[in-house]
Amino acid sequence: MSEFVQFLMSGLTVGAVYALVALGFTLVYTASDVVNFAQGEFVMLGGMVTVFMAALGVPLPVAALIAVAAAVCVGLLLYWLAIAPSRGASPVTLIIITIGASILLRGAAQVLFDKQFHKLPSFSGDVPVNLLGAAVQPQSFWVIGGTALIVLLLYLFMERTVLGKALRATAANRLAARLVGINTTTVMTLAFGGSAAIGAIGGILVTPITLTSYDVGTLLALKGFAAAMLGGMGNPLGAVMGGILLGLLESFGAGYLSSTYKDGIAFVVILVVLVAMPQGLFGRRSVERV
Amino acid sequence: MLEVVDLRSGYGRIEVLRGVSLEVRAGEVVALIGSNGAGKTTLLRALSGVQPITGGEIRLLGARIDALAPHRRVERGLTQSPEGRQVFGPLSVEDNLRLGAYMRRDKEIGADRDQVYAMFPALAEKRRIAAGSLSGGQQQMLAIGRALMGRPKLLLLDEPSLGLSPLLVDQILAAIVALRGRGITVLLVEQNAAAALEIADRGYVLETGRIISTGPGAALLSDPAVKAAYLGAD
Repeated sequence: MSEFVQFLMSGLTVGAVYALVALGFTLVYTASDVVNFAQGEFVMLGGMVTVFMAALGVPLPVAALIAVAAAVCVGLLLYWLAIAPSRGASPVTLIIITIGASILLRGAAQVLFDKQFHKLPSFSGDVPVNLLGAAVQPQSFWVIGGTALIVLLLYLFMERTVLGKALRATAANRLAARLVGINTTTVMTLAFGGSAAIGAIGGILVTPITLTSYDVGTLLALKGFAAAMLGGMGNPLGAVMGGILLGLLESFGAGYLSSTYKDGIAFVVILVVLVAMPQGLFGRRSVERV
Repeated sequence: MLEVVDLRSGYGRIEVLRGVSLEVRAGEVVALIGSNGAGKTTLLRALSGVQPITGGEIRLLGARIDALAPHRRVERGLTQSPEGRQVFGPLSVEDNLRLGAYMRRDKEIGADRDQVYAMFPALAEKRRIAAGSLSGGQQQMLAIGRALMGRPKLLLLDEPSLGLSPLLVDQILAAIVALRGRGITVLLVEQNAAAALEIADRGYVLETGRIISTGPGAALLSDPAVKAAYLGAD
């Protein structure tokens, strides 16, 4: 039992981070049809900027805020300098642009920061909490709780505010959105900025557990993308479920089968799911009438 | 209200609008008829600013709007119910209507919404339902209602009767006549030429990107050339 809880908690923790990355993918994808492979770099920026600001003597909460702001700036620049000018380009071209941006950001981080691994202090100490016999790091609760809070806030924003509804409307029908006066450029700016902030917060929350370095974004983007696909691309709830599922798969795979193949196990399950259900687990069934 | 002078637009090298000029006066219902591919939808999209133009002028209430972004044109009182309804499928009926008033900041949005519900009671019953699951006729009402939520001075309606049963067509046409009574100017695009000309003050006939005929609705209805081409009479 204690072993099971241990794997469950570590799976939820990792899964929460995947969920945040997947949410970033989904947000940008619904608003602009762009699959932004630089999403992982926002997570890296969140962790790295916080680490280096803290090293300069900036208090941790302030450092974290600066990191989120920095990631948002990078997200907006990515949109204004690379995505907006290529409006009308094919999806493949846009994907390649974001991959290029991701490589650029990684290179810049390598020069600006360094190539070492870095750690942040845990937010509330390193004394493990005993949960049903399992020793859980307190930071895990920060990661899971922080993710839950972001998901809740994003949900309220999308469902309750006119701007959030405008974002969903743009995703549903761009032509109609423009005809009612929704400025689709604003919506896309919002999506890129928001996804950058979400990624950065994920990076800050998880760095005390997993460490960070200039290149953590690559694998995170891959996992986050897989999670978004698993949940059904373009469905925020699906992205979160996909992320958590992926985290649990990895954790239980590593725990009960073999840690060597933990990435492999997760990806095999995803392949099977996508072959059987190309829409993803929570993909929207088309209910439109013509 | 609306003046269009020598408007040109196309897709790539194919010119769809080849110098269209027309005028809609305040308080009129003007019908624009023409066969498939004549450029009717392209014209309406160009007026709303979602289709780029290559030449000509569009004036709304005397001011040039052809360089304005779509949302600025909505702000100035030009809204459109597009061809094929194009409702926001996953959003509720109520949210669709609310977004129709996206550019407005006044306090009368709720009152206007209730007015749309009064006009189309079928929508009121389904206000919490996802728009995508409505019937075709209800979606058409929703699209018109959504365009009305922008408080238009000029309302563009693209094929509001397309794919509807005769009973529903009558209901939609009656709604358009009622709009005129409320002082809203309407530019109506229809393939169903007879029905459109019957309720219109004036009409234009668009053929391969040019206006080939114009006149009062009744006169166009009895014009032998129009009859032969669009009304299916001998």
